Amino acid sequence: MPGLGGRMSTVIKSKISRLLDRAEDPGETLDYGYQKQVEMLQNVKKGIADVVTAKKRLQMQSTKLEQSVVKLDTQARQALSQGNEPLARTALERKTLAQTELQSLDQQVKELEGQQEQLTANEQKLRQKIEQFRTKKEVIKAQYSAAEAQVKIGEAAHGVGEEMADLGLAMQRAEDKTEQMRARASAVEELEQAGTFDDITQLGGGEDDIDRQLRELTSGAQVDDELSKMKAELGQGGGESPALEQGKENA
Amino acid sequence: MIVRVSGEGQFRLPDEDAGRLNELDNRAVAAVEQGDETGFRELWSQMLELVANDGNALDDDELIESDVILPPRDITFAEAKGEFTGEGLIPD
Repeated sequence: MPGLGGRMSTVIKSKISRLLDRAEDPGETLDYGYQKQVEMLQNVKKGIADVVTAKKRLQMQSTKLEQSVVKLDTQARQALSQGNEPLARTALERKTLAQTELQSLDQQVKELEGQQEQLTANEQKLRQKIEQFRTKKEVIKAQYSAAEAQVKIGEAAHGVGEEMADLGLAMQRAEDKTEQMRARASAVEELEQAGTFDDITQLGGGEDDIDRQLRELTSGAQVDDELSKMKAELGQGGGESPALEQGKENA
Repeated sequence: MIVRVSGEGQFRLPDEDAGRLNELDNRAVAAVEQGDETGFRELWSQMLELVANDGNALDDDELIESDVILPPRDITFAEAKGEFTGEGLIPD
């Protein structure tokens, strides 16, 4: 049983061969082949645009989460300086979750950037090959007899066909990955809509369902660690810290 | 021998490399069948290295069909299970 390479080239070969067999006029086949190639190029452009859109969406989410991290950190400091440790803990738990999501988003944005670059480079390569095909087809049409032309066309068409099929495969993989990221991005959006990263001062210090769920999601050790660090910082000069100043203004 | 690395283009390799590539391919199939991911990764990177060391990239104006098409560099082990089967990428 042939592997990917085998499977892929078998599909391309049979498609191109069918096309060549059917055609009575090689010149017509060439023009049709060229037209198909140009159409494929349009699809590639659309595929790249989709990747860019997905990337932009993730970047926007990333920016929002960055703001949430800063805000929750400030609020934890405020709560702690006012002696409200449970509220500070809640804020830090939310901050931890936001940070985890942020890391994952940034990683995804990087992956998409890599894919975008590769697709763009491959699109240019395909564009050149198609241009080459266009030149060759005019030469073939002008110089060769029908029988000879059939053979020459076969070679060139298989070469371009393989390039297109390969780019098609790369696009399929990019689309699959983008789809996975879209699902992940929607999950983060749901968290946002549920108010997970919202202003904790609006909760009034009580614990709600989200917090109970959060406690299960976030690492208690990391929160404890950060809480004690924050306490130490505030203990050293808490009275003059900007966080406290701001806290007073808000209070 | 013309080898394509999926997503990276085509390379011209000396014909003598066919035997070596085929051997690596067969061993990769064996590794995949045994569920040996580490072994597969090692063989897969050797295949890519062989192409990188001995191969010359084809010019963009060369419209030639490949003799062998290798999967994308970042192939997952799960994907490899579908590709490296039977006679492998290179039928014996």
